[in-house]
Amino acid sequence: MRKLSAALAASTMLTGFALSATAAEIYPLDRATILAGSPFDFKVELEGVAPQDAVSVLVNGKPYAEALGKPAEYVAEEKDEDGAIMGSALILRGVTLAEPGRYTVEVKAGDQSRSATWEVYGTATAPKARNVIFIVGDGLSVAHRTAARIMSKGMTGGKANGRLAMDDLDHMAFIGTSSTHSIATDSANTMSAYMTGHKARVNALGVYADRTPDSQDDPRVETIAEALRRTTEKSIGIVSTAELEDATPAALVAHTRKRGDKEDIVGMIHDVQPEVILGGGSAYFLKSDVPGSKRKDDKDYVQMFRDAGYAVASTGAELKAAAGSNSGKILGLFHTGNMDTWLDRNQLKKGTVEKFPDQPGLVDMTQAALDQLSKNPEGFFLMVEGASIDKMSHPLDWDRAVVETIELDQAVALARDFAARNPDTLVVVTGDHTHGVSLIGTLDRSTAPDSDMRERVKVYDDAGFPDYADADRDGYPDSVDVKHPLAIFASNYPDYYETFGPKLDNPFTPAIQAQDGVYVANEAYKDVPGAVLRQGNLPRENDTAVHAVDDIVLQATGPGAEAFKGYMEQSDVYKVLADAFALGTVQKQQAAQN
Amino acid sequence: MTYPLSRRACLAGGLSLSLLRPAHAAPATLSFDELYASFSALGLVYSDKVKALTGQPIRMQGFMAPPLKAEAQFFVLTEIPMALCPFCSTDADWPDNILVVYLDRKRTFTPPNQRIEARGVLERGSWTDPETGFVSQLRLRGARYDRA
Repeated sequence: MRKLSAALAASTMLTGFALSATAAEIYPLDRATILAGSPFDFKVELEGVAPQDAVSVLVNGKPYAEALGKPAEYVAEEKDEDGAIMGSALILRGVTLAEPGRYTVEVKAGDQSRSATWEVYGTATAPKARNVIFIVGDGLSVAHRTAARIMSKGMTGGKANGRLAMDDLDHMAFIGTSSTHSIATDSANTMSAYMTGHKARVNALGVYADRTPDSQDDPRVETIAEALRRTTEKSIGIVSTAELEDATPAALVAHTRKRGDKEDIVGMIHDVQPEVILGGGSAYFLKSDVPGSKRKDDKDYVQMFRDAGYAVASTGAELKAAAGSNSGKILGLFHTGNMDTWLDRNQLKKGTVEKFPDQPGLVDMTQAALDQLSKNPEGFFLMVEGASIDKMSHPLDWDRAVVETIELDQAVALARDFAARNPDTLVVVTGDHTHGVSLIGTLDRSTAPDSDMRERVKVYDDAGFPDYADADRDGYPDSVDVKHPLAIFASNYPDYYETFGPKLDNPFTPAIQAQDGVYVANEAYKDVPGAVLRQGNLPRENDTAVHAVDDIVLQATGPGAEAFKGYMEQSDVYKVLADAFALGTVQKQQAAQN
Repeated sequence: MTYPLSRRACLAGGLSLSLLRPAHAAPATLSFDELYASFSALGLVYSDKVKALTGQPIRMQGFMAPPLKAEAQFFVLTEIPMALCPFCSTDADWPDNILVVYLDRKRTFTPPNQRIEARGVLERGSWTDPETGFVSQLRLRGARYDRA
């Protein structure tokens, strides 16, 4: 056989085709962990063209079609964007492996070979948890939490004057957030790993990124929403302050190599039809002739969701009305884009609050979702995202990011209250990735800013304590414009003007794009008293601060939470969720029979 | 496409020309604050001013978002300089209030911190650029621009 393949390789080379000595690729990748019974796409990519009969694929020593149940589609020539031939491929969609265990795939074609071993895992046969509330602070880093605790609760004698709701979740783990092709990471691959159990490439959701240019032909893996539909009668909820088709909420339902496929992602949300969908991003739900739409087609997803039985809300008041209705399903679209931050909505009235004055907050949306989802006796999975911790950390707007963390924590408090009343609820609180952010002390803004503001950064013993007040005891500072605010800085940044204080006007815009994709400091801040030009340490094509590769701290409480410990890969978190819900066992028929 | 000269262009063209054109021929100004009468997540409503000026020459000030190519036939005019590049990054997106400016000829880029004034005929309605697939709702056609 080997001799024959070698001969074929030699002959194809002579006729202009080449089988290179570099290795083939197998998807799912080596060391993938796969939920038993969960459908996934199997793909083998070969370097160069190989005749189908020259390709040998064995799974645990058996021909793959026997082991995986059916033959794959053979693609003789996969081409890149320029039409150049990359090689042959085998694609087998919707494979399932019911039996837990190790599966070793061996591919040979000519002189190239590759092997990958997958671990297929089962789960408990009976669920431990009826409900899971999965709360994500996008970009939530340790500094955000520390700053939120100090800003919200205060500190005396070196001891916090109070605790965040997330401080008292009793199980925890460090989570590694890296992507399949890089130590670095974004909100697509990170949330996708949480929501599928498979690591992904930067910008990819619910797929292994393959080599073909088409962003939606990549080998798919099952998302948690799809797994819940396949195995249970549970309800599904998605709550986010971002666009609902943005990476984090999209990860529950989406399959695309490119998170920017927002128009299509709305269709993927519609395919799964989560019972509660609350957030921003209506521009991609509106048909193209409606002002504000960003769609290219005439699909009217607002009407399509109405037709599917959803009550539609577009303001906080309408959300309250919809929550009181008996429709059972709610679509809340409160902004054409990302929703405004707590600080803008409630105190500063900046951003787009004037245009969208009645946006519900994350806590309102979480409450509405819990009220609705908890009506299902089978239970629910609710994902809640505080998106603007990240969206304000990118542009170095630390006060907005920290107040968003306080708001996220109030949603955690709601979830904990719910879990106290419904102890069969697992609550998980985590970030998807971190930022390079640190709290280092305080700033002295007790007198008007001067030209040497760095001397006003108070560190070590000089830092003392900040002077935020919370007279109305709502957990939020009455103002962030205080004499001794927290001093928070980033480890990485583009060129920008550092203004040494809270951004009381619109959210901060540190750099703007110049010619040739290079970002330069935004001169709008040049004349802010005390502003100094800080030369960036990032490549000049970066518009704002980037994500850090630092681990995330995950905390959890409730049934199944004890499995969170030590260091875990982000993809391993899915295993814990799957085990808590017993997703390795189809429970749907049982429910139907009962 | 013919286009009435703006006052600026008239001045540049010489005194005698400006004397030939009455002052009221200068295009109406439109600002970003004046684009919409109301905002809702279920759709924006154009202002009466936008409706009245549709098909008319107008001028509008803003910032040029970096175009797809250094030499471009169209660019996006924004209220404030863009902090992100939706053309280059899959996780960036445009704000609601943009005006797409189709130039009467290809021009090169202006500095990012530079406020400009674009002049052209206002057009509204969904339009997908055949070359780039870029969707716009409000456009200027046959446009030119200068530093504001």
